[in-house]
Amino acid sequence: MRTALVGRRLDVGAIASEVWAPANGALSLFVGTVRNVNDGRAVAGIEYNAYAPMAERELGAIAREAAVRFGTEHIVIEHRTGFLPLGEASVAIAVAHPHRAPALDGARWIIEELKARVPIWKREHYTDGTREWVAQGAVAQAAPAEGAPAAATRGVSDA
Amino acid sequence: MDVLLFASYADAAAASSVRVSVAEGARVADVVAAVRAAAPAIPLPARPVVAVNHRYASPDVVVAATDEVAFIPPVAGG
Repeated sequence: MRTALVGRRLDVGAIASEVWAPANGALSLFVGTVRNVNDGRAVAGIEYNAYAPMAERELGAIAREAAVRFGTEHIVIEHRTGFLPLGEASVAIAVAHPHRAPALDGARWIIEELKARVPIWKREHYTDGTREWVAQGAVAQAAPAEGAPAAATRGVSDA
Repeated sequence: MDVLLFASYADAAAASSVRVSVAEGARVADVVAAVRAAAPAIPLPARPVVAVNHRYASPDVVVAATDEVAFIPPVAGG
């Protein structure tokens, strides 16, 4: 198990290889990339900022929770920070398991938790030269109930 | 204490932190009130998300002057 916040390009092939083991018959790899349009606006790139010590702590907590929930230690999560042009990978999640269901479900669970909990923000840079911080949902976050903030409405942005 | 700000909150305050004084035994809710008064330009929701020492903290958590307190705007990783 390994998690990291990194300031360089993600090597998704290496991340996938890292979780493979002879007993694993399934390996799922989720990669979030910078896409060219959001809410009808042409995007040139996305700048990711993080509250690094807390983001690293949350990423580690998510990986440990996923290990228990899906029954595998073969988990790697990397999230990139800094400015990313179109097409670059912002996040990579690899989960391997003897069987496919936990591998697939684990990767899905991890990205949803990451988007709800990890203190990372993105500012979209548009092709018209403007830029804006992206809120994951239109609603304000509720106060945290059990240590984590209630998930904001999901599903608008990339990943 | 210097309360850490990020993203839209930092932009609104034109600073990466805001200094507030908190009394002995103050809670997260008191820090929120102090930040609202010190930096009204920050568009804080009714119940802002706050972290104390890198962990999400509810409004009734007691903070010490030495704690690292951060206001967390809606997150958008991924």
